[in-house]
Amino acid sequence: MFSYCTDPSTLEGFSWLSCYLTTGKHMAFYQSFGIVLVLLAITAPVALMFGFAGATAARSRIWPISLLGKSYTAIVRGVPDIAFFMFFVIALDQGFEYLRHKVKCSDWSEPVRQGNDFVVCAQAKLPLSTSPQWVHETYGFALAVLTFAIVFGAFAANVLFGAMKAVPRAQLETAEAYGMSSRQTFWRIMVPQMWVYALPGLSNLWMILIKATPLLFLLGVEDIVYWARELGATKTARFSDYPHGNWNAYYFGGLLVFYLMLTSISERVYKRLSLRLSHGQATAAGEAQRKAAT
Amino acid sequence: MKKLIVSTAALALTASFAMAADTVRLGTEGAYAPWNFVNDAGEIDGFERELGDELCKRAELTCEWVKNEWDTIIPNLVSGNYDAIIAGMSITAERDEVIDFTQPYTPPDPSAYAAMSADVDPAAGVVAAQATTIQAAFVAEQGWTLVEFATPEETVAAVKNGEADAVLADKSFLDTMVGADGLVMLERMEAIGGGVGMGIRESDGDLRAKFDAAIQSMKDDGTLNTMIAKWEVSSQW
Repeated sequence: MFSYCTDPSTLEGFSWLSCYLTTGKHMAFYQSFGIVLVLLAITAPVALMFGFAGATAARSRIWPISLLGKSYTAIVRGVPDIAFFMFFVIALDQGFEYLRHKVKCSDWSEPVRQGNDFVVCAQAKLPLSTSPQWVHETYGFALAVLTFAIVFGAFAANVLFGAMKAVPRAQLETAEAYGMSSRQTFWRIMVPQMWVYALPGLSNLWMILIKATPLLFLLGVEDIVYWARELGATKTARFSDYPHGNWNAYYFGGLLVFYLMLTSISERVYKRLSLRLSHGQATAAGEAQRKAAT
Repeated sequence: MKKLIVSTAALALTASFAMAADTVRLGTEGAYAPWNFVNDAGEIDGFERELGDELCKRAELTCEWVKNEWDTIIPNLVSGNYDAIIAGMSITAERDEVIDFTQPYTPPDPSAYAAMSADVDPAAGVVAAQATTIQAAFVAEQGWTLVEFATPEETVAAVKNGEADAVLADKSFLDTMVGADGLVMLERMEAIGGGVGMGIRESDGDLRAKFDAAIQSMKDDGTLNTMIAKWEVSSQW
């Protein structure tokens, strides 16, 4: 990075550190922080959407839809995360490839399963093996987002289902008395009011999601934990210009600070959000706000 | 405008179909110096990087490198995430049931022990080894106390912090580790493993033949021995 970095073995102290911390490997480490933040930023709304869909389905009066919503939350919540991440992603990936294989290579005569091997034609590969590495990485990342969203969506569905039930019946009755249709009652009365009941549960989920991001490496995405372990490992002078012992403690210490900062910021955002959502609500917190204002 | 982008993308996709057959993805671990490791620039480096690039050149293939955890390196090969494993993997009968191997590119070499003092007896103590390696299988077979770790780095760290009395691994890997923090090599060695080869899917006979021929040509003209000597990974052919 800097001009004086050509021979790090002659450097000491701060200049050595400045060279060390700007190697290509460290740049990849810094980028992986961005990857984790982007994952959180995309996964949270997608999971909330899954949750909302799941909760509405579970409440449906049509029996098959309600069964679908309820079994989604029950099954996904019951399977251990790690088993889900190990098994589901490979199955999902193979499922996509199998479908593409059926469409694109219908004249293929060999079976897809050959002993232990899963073989599809070259055009059905997802992504194509000719695609540049970034396409493979983006695909892996998208699979990760989808898996996280499905898992956390199930928990969110349960939280939202409970929150919808917690909206006082009197509110809905009043809406009906004003002649609102059930769709209007749902969107104009129930949904705006349910958030305040859902918020504590959702904020818990958000915290758990933050802590679950190191599972990314199981999905083949090189996240901060992977790079911290790689950078902290012992480096000998033969294979690195910056030999050092086992520095895992420093790198993982850094991760600890990062995660604590992230959760502490979330905590503050949660407090403000809960204050805002309580405004004008028929809850104890809303009542307290009303009293304080007068 | 949108249509234009879509049709360009479609064009780019069809263009890449034409050369689909010639790109081979190579999977490696990237944590096992001098065989394969990640260098300061964040790229895969080491004996197998140089070997793999040369083999691909000789077999006239375009190769891409992929990093994968050692634990799941075989499942990801058979499910098609990459086309070959080149990760210091010894040829064993158990692995051969699941995948196929090319001919070995390094001869069978004994595995060595490293410990904090030269008089440690592995049979009486706790031995660390990387999970799903020939070394871990060997220790388990002897009925000794085995502790397994996901990465080679952790096996050595376990000996340094006293969790294990000795670590059993390829000698070339331990060579890079001994001498630091009082770690020494034991005299005892174990003759296990049948040489290191590339792992290929059983259904992928063509690719195996191509790499077999490329390895043979490197053995014949002596470039393989030069490369082995340069990286000090094993004995020579």
